[in-house]
Amino acid sequence: MTAMDFLRLDLPALLAAILACGLCGLLGSFLLLRRDSLLGDALSHAVLPGIIAGFAITGARAGLPMLLGALAAALAAVFLISLVRRVARLESGAATGAVFTSFFALGLMLIEATGARSVDLDLDCVLFGQLESLVWLEAQGFASLLDPATLAFLPRQIFLLAAASLVLVGLVALLWRPLHLLCFDPDYAAAIGLPARGLELVLNLMVAAAAVAAFEAVGSILVVAMLVCPAAAIRLLTDSYRAQVLGGAALGAALGALGYALAGPVPAVLGQDFALNAAGVIGTLGGLTVAGAMLLRQWRSGAPKSALISG
Amino acid sequence: MSQNMTAPAPLAITHLTVAYGDKTVLWDITWQAAPGLTAIVGPNGAGKSTLLRAALGLIPSIAGEARFFGRTLDEVRNRVGYLPQRASVDWDFPATALDVVCMSRYPRMRWWGRVPKTERDAAYAALDQVGLADLADRQIGRLSGGQQQRVFLARALAQDADLYLMDEPFAAVDAATEQAIIAVLRRVVATGRSVIAVHHDLSTVPAYFGQVLLLNGRAVAAGDVKSAFTPDSIARAYGGRLNVLEQAVAEGGLQ
Amino acid sequence: MSLGYNTLVVLAGCALLGLACGTVGAFALLRGRALMADAVGHAALPGVVLAAMIVATLGGDPRALPPLLAGALVAGVLGVLAVQALTRGRRIREDAAIAIVLSSFYALGVALLSYVQTMPQAAQAGLGKFILGQAAAMRAEDALWAGGIAAFSVLICLALFQRLRAACFDPDYARVMGLSVARTDLMLLALIVIVAVAGLQAVGLVLVVALLILPAATARLLTHRLPVLLVVSALLGALSGALGAAASAVEPEWPTGAAVVLAGAIFFTLALLLAPERGVLPEAWRRTRRRIAATESHFLRAAWEAQEAAGAGPGTAGDRWTPIAALAAARGWSEGHASRLALWLGLRGLVARADGEIHLTPRGAAAARRAVRAHRAVEIHLLGLGATDIAGADRLADLVEHGLPAEMATRLLAEPSSLPASPHALGSKP
Repeated sequence: MTAMDFLRLDLPALLAAILACGLCGLLGSFLLLRRDSLLGDALSHAVLPGIIAGFAITGARAGLPMLLGALAAALAAVFLISLVRRVARLESGAATGAVFTSFFALGLMLIEATGARSVDLDLDCVLFGQLESLVWLEAQGFASLLDPATLAFLPRQIFLLAAASLVLVGLVALLWRPLHLLCFDPDYAAAIGLPARGLELVLNLMVAAAAVAAFEAVGSILVVAMLVCPAAAIRLLTDSYRAQVLGGAALGAALGALGYALAGPVPAVLGQDFALNAAGVIGTLGGLTVAGAMLLRQWRSGAPKSALISG
Repeated sequence: MSQNMTAPAPLAITHLTVAYGDKTVLWDITWQAAPGLTAIVGPNGAGKSTLLRAALGLIPSIAGEARFFGRTLDEVRNRVGYLPQRASVDWDFPATALDVVCMSRYPRMRWWGRVPKTERDAAYAALDQVGLADLADRQIGRLSGGQQQRVFLARALAQDADLYLMDEPFAAVDAATEQAIIAVLRRVVATGRSVIAVHHDLSTVPAYFGQVLLLNGRAVAAGDVKSAFTPDSIARAYGGRLNVLEQAVAEGGLQ
Repeated sequence: MSLGYNTLVVLAGCALLGLACGTVGAFALLRGRALMADAVGHAALPGVVLAAMIVATLGGDPRALPPLLAGALVAGVLGVLAVQALTRGRRIREDAAIAIVLSSFYALGVALLSYVQTMPQAAQAGLGKFILGQAAAMRAEDALWAGGIAAFSVLICLALFQRLRAACFDPDYARVMGLSVARTDLMLLALIVIVAVAGLQAVGLVLVVALLILPAATARLLTHRLPVLLVVSALLGALSGALGAAASAVEPEWPTGAAVVLAGAIFFTLALLLAPERGVLPEAWRRTRRRIAATESHFLRAAWEAQEAAGAGPGTAGDRWTPIAALAAARGWSEGHASRLALWLGLRGLVARADGEIHLTPRGAAAARRAVRAHRAVEIHLLGLGATDIAGADRLADLVEHGLPAEMATRLLAEPSSLPASPHALGSKP
């Protein structure tokens, strides 16, 4: 594999994987701390009908309509979940499950009903992502990295991810403290005058935005995995809020890079002629990382815990 | 009730009526708190927590309003502190005792960047007030139950308020911690602030508090502990409720 | 559209699987374990793929169902065990544990699937169907398996009914009675794994959790009683399965799994909107009716009291006409509002209107008298208790009087059919 091959075939996918997984890893910490991890699962499934509808209404295979459709579907799902919880008095998990599976089934129906399948919007890419198909054939060499004209040919998923990352990282930095309080004690936050409801909505929107941005590149299942696994692994190892949030992002990005390398480039270098699905490898690594973190934690606490000071 | 007519009451509630779904919990409560240490007592389900939460606007009320120092809550939010009931927080949460106390100072800070030193010092001082200064960097899950309650008390105190609303500050603490907490509250009140606390233990009311409100869905008796906290008023508060009417409310539905 | 044999097989198979999922789902939902099915479903993928790989390597037919289902079962059990292991340390909650297991196991399955695709036997031709279900490919023996599993799970649920009921509603009491809640939980989990794996054929692993939640949630909206809930949930599951399969038979491009889940979702939505006790629309209707009744009675009462104030004396209505404006002032309503109320009550035959004035018809007078009695009964009762002052009593009575049954008003007043004088001053808004 030459440097040119890397630049043309692997770099875009690697970038997409790092950005997507890092972004999800960042936001996953907040979901985990709020004990709301299943929202990630829900949102990645619920966006499907929105994406299909956006495509069907405008006939555009690209970007904005599908994105807006996805966001709309995500918002609708969040709203319906809380409605169902209140009216049907279902517990949160069951309400979430009822809503997102119905949305997903609707999306599957819409794929057939709108003939989307025939125009190459296919289900496999929705579920598994399409990292391998992100290529940058226009690259001429490493100099292309500095050439705006050539850079413009990078797959649009990367631009979307980059934009989303900028916005969401900025928001997290801006809302650093309110989010901390919101995750810990939303009741108290409201009591001292913080706009708790509004912040919750913003957080859900942020998660939805990350899911939608990452979705096209890495598929819905990997989004779910990255919204929970890096955060959970870090949670098992640290008690510091800053380490949790930043570590989750860093670990996510690292898993994206490592998983991608193990799936494609590494077997190629080793002379094997198959490549594993990159999203699958990354997700599996996520699970293994959590397992590893659990073992590490147990090994660490093998030493006797310090006794609580009484009174 | 003789009042200093020039200084508005720390908390004045008029015609407050609150219902959860079909059940009325509070009705037509009109009451003014006098400055100092006030206890709110009553049987289970009497609406004591509800009173505080409705006054703070955390739950909606059907009728009535609450005024703090003669103004609405939004106007004087920085003068009102709150210690909620022993909350269902995740004790595993990544936060130290100091972090938790700092949280009450968040409205005074920008939302990003490091916590300013002045705020950290204020939080530290609050922890010191409750005797936990040396445990400031300990993760909250590693504290004992009494220490956790004191951390939340410090959080309320760090708000540097003129009126503190406390919901069962002595819940689930041992005798030593209870003494420590009442000492803190007395010091707070001595500086001219007021504390209104929901309290569950009738036997300690005369010893700890100067004023009392006996509550059982409606205001049964209020005022000085000596005059309002009598066997007769206690019996009325803890005796049966207006069951006939409660049921009627539930069936009639409130407008 | 003639129902061919194949269609009937698919219909029967889906209905039976729906039945099984509905039955087990009822208990799973009540015990808060429904989302485990999500973990089981997704975790099944690597098991299915590995089983196919093993079978193909051993030279067998990789599309034969039993080994694939066995693989799914093993993987499902491993998934459940993984969830338990993750939550044991209490650092990770169940919601996160389920998300971790379902996504990482599924990712492993996807990775393995991509490897299998390079194998010459093309074993994966049959594997993709597990993800979204492809009931159309169901053969007669698959349907028989489905029936067997359905019967098995229903029987087990019936046999364990008491234990399951106790575990769902009062685990502490169950423990005291010596029923091991932990063991019942384990059996429930086992049942969830079995029906989820079985349901893979009909709806696929992404959607199987819907079949465990939707029928049960719908049944919950319709009844409180557990035996009824169980039956309704099972029937709804079966119906969803059948309808989905039928729809997919009529429109072959419609994926069966999605059709089944949507059928379930439609039932759920209908129940959400229309269920007599808990539905959104009946509840809104009841609230509106109560509000209308309360406003009507306030108007009638104001009319009655206006006549008392004009000297008709307590206990008599007289045939006096009262200006609507006066009633509006008494209740603090705008004149337009009062006029509209008068119009409405006129249509109902309770008042007669003319020239901006009203008087009560005999029916209206009787209704007004009842309202006044109830109101004053409450006022007098409250004042007698010393609970509040006169204005307060009037205000509270306003809130309370509508729910007061007639016998209660009778009980509260000393002389059963008398009408006492009003404690509060008539004609002024409290």
